[in-house]
Amino acid sequence: MSHLAVEICGLRLKNPTMLASGVFDETGKSMLTIARAGAGAIVTKSIGKEPRTGHQNPTVVELQSGLLNAMGLPNPGIDAYSSEIREAKLGGIPVIGSVFGGTEEEIADLAKAMAAAGADAVELNLSCPHAKGYGAEIGSTAERVESICRQSKRNVRVPVFAKLTPNTSSIAELARAAEKGGADAVVAINTLKAMAISPEARMPILANMYGGLSGPAIRPVGVRCVYEIFEAVKIPIIGAGGIGSGRDALEYIMAGARCVQVGTALWTEGPEVFNKICREMLGFMEENGFESVTDMVGVAHPGRR
Amino acid sequence: MVTIKEHREETPSIRTIRFDGKMQGVSGQFVMVWVPGVDEFPMSLSYVGEGFGITYQMLGEGTKALAAKKVGEKIGIRGPYGKGFSPHGKNLLVVGGGAGMAPLALFAEEAIAHKCSVTLVIGAKTAKDLLFETRTATAGAKINVSTDDGSKGFRGFATELTKAVIAREGFDALYACGPERMIVGLLGMANEKGLPMQASLERMMKCGIGLCDSCSLDGKHVCTDGPVFKENELRNFVELGKTKLDLTGRKVPV
Repeated sequence: MSHLAVEICGLRLKNPTMLASGVFDETGKSMLTIARAGAGAIVTKSIGKEPRTGHQNPTVVELQSGLLNAMGLPNPGIDAYSSEIREAKLGGIPVIGSVFGGTEEEIADLAKAMAAAGADAVELNLSCPHAKGYGAEIGSTAERVESICRQSKRNVRVPVFAKLTPNTSSIAELARAAEKGGADAVVAINTLKAMAISPEARMPILANMYGGLSGPAIRPVGVRCVYEIFEAVKIPIIGAGGIGSGRDALEYIMAGARCVQVGTALWTEGPEVFNKICREMLGFMEENGFESVTDMVGVAHPGRR
Repeated sequence: MVTIKEHREETPSIRTIRFDGKMQGVSGQFVMVWVPGVDEFPMSLSYVGEGFGITYQMLGEGTKALAAKKVGEKIGIRGPYGKGFSPHGKNLLVVGGGAGMAPLALFAEEAIAHKCSVTLVIGAKTAKDLLFETRTATAGAKINVSTDDGSKGFRGFATELTKAVIAREGFDALYACGPERMIVGLLGMANEKGLPMQASLERMMKCGIGLCDSCSLDGKHVCTDGPVFKENELRNFVELGKTKLDLTGRKVPV
């Protein structure tokens, strides 16, 4: 009998799907909708110290095989967001608090506040490609990734996940730095830095000009990144990028991910996508004689089949 | 991008733009309107099909920049999005406050084409601000007018006039778009009478496609679950008439 339950850094998930940060997660009630839809865990919107409005619209561009966004980290600030986390926790699944900041101290403080608000784990956003002074701007070098993870780990008892950027020459190196800094897991990948131009308007469509590309278009990039990271580190990997079906999730898992995050697929499929992914994965596992998700982690690597 | 074919004044603060080209959709659905270099914002469709169009109130920077656009110029449009109005029964009461008449004039035309009888309550601040009175009368709707200052029709709010209209005639369903206070008032009346109701709601929207959660209302997304909601949903909204999210996602009073 196959089953989807999976354990990651001490968190027990009924299935390996998580809501990715940034979608459906500004309010506790929206996160409850996701919990009811069957997700294994929820990652919150990335939260900072102070309220932040984010970028002016247009903040999204719909593309044929993906979505370009530059929301710009809008969030109500950690103080106001605490009550949303409490509400989200009523969903009965782990809630992972995503935080962003401009310095090691700021991020570590936010990690502490997230844990205090009840988050079961903290995800460090070291990878948002469209907010000045945050995300990928500070998470693109191994030194900063390591020091941010180290300081954050010192501040909390809950697991710390480092969400890494693919906008670098070696994401494996960033993953090694995260591991060295004490991160309990890495999340890969965040969006790819990208741009869309309107020929008629003769200008980039996003008000911020640059944005992050997500959705099916980036899946092969994400799978490659997870594959490389799996060869480089021992800590668990959470895969993300263009996952909308059971097969998509299996690609990431066989590349080395223990869990997967789903974001952009909610655009076309709605919250039902979590159940669909789980159903399809379970069908595959039963047909192919895999008992648990863990049995499939990294099997695409030579010598692990 | 689409070309502006017609740009006309409806009231001192409300204008209509009609575009070159076609967009299929129903009343209550909306498009995201991009004024390059300025902003992108949601706007209800007031015309669909060939020569589709929007009717907007000049309020912020974006709509003021839109007002400066001339016939022949291009703006960005994506959509249509969301769930619109649908006729329910034969004898319909439609209440539009201010710019709320933009989707409802289109709905009145659709309902009349479906052989429904439509009674309208059009509310505005003054006689000059009444939107689509002639358009809906031409379509064959029975018109009742309220103005805050009494410069035309009933003096007072659209909700008060609606109460009087409901008292003298029975309806199969109530349709509303306008200020949230008005919708909450009408919902109370619909509940009392056991009247099916559909109302178009408004929240701060960014993506328009159900992802960013900016327009979250009790865990529903106004952009994809709405903007038109039915009575069973409307009744269950705890936040309706009370709180909304600001640009940062903080809950603030409506």
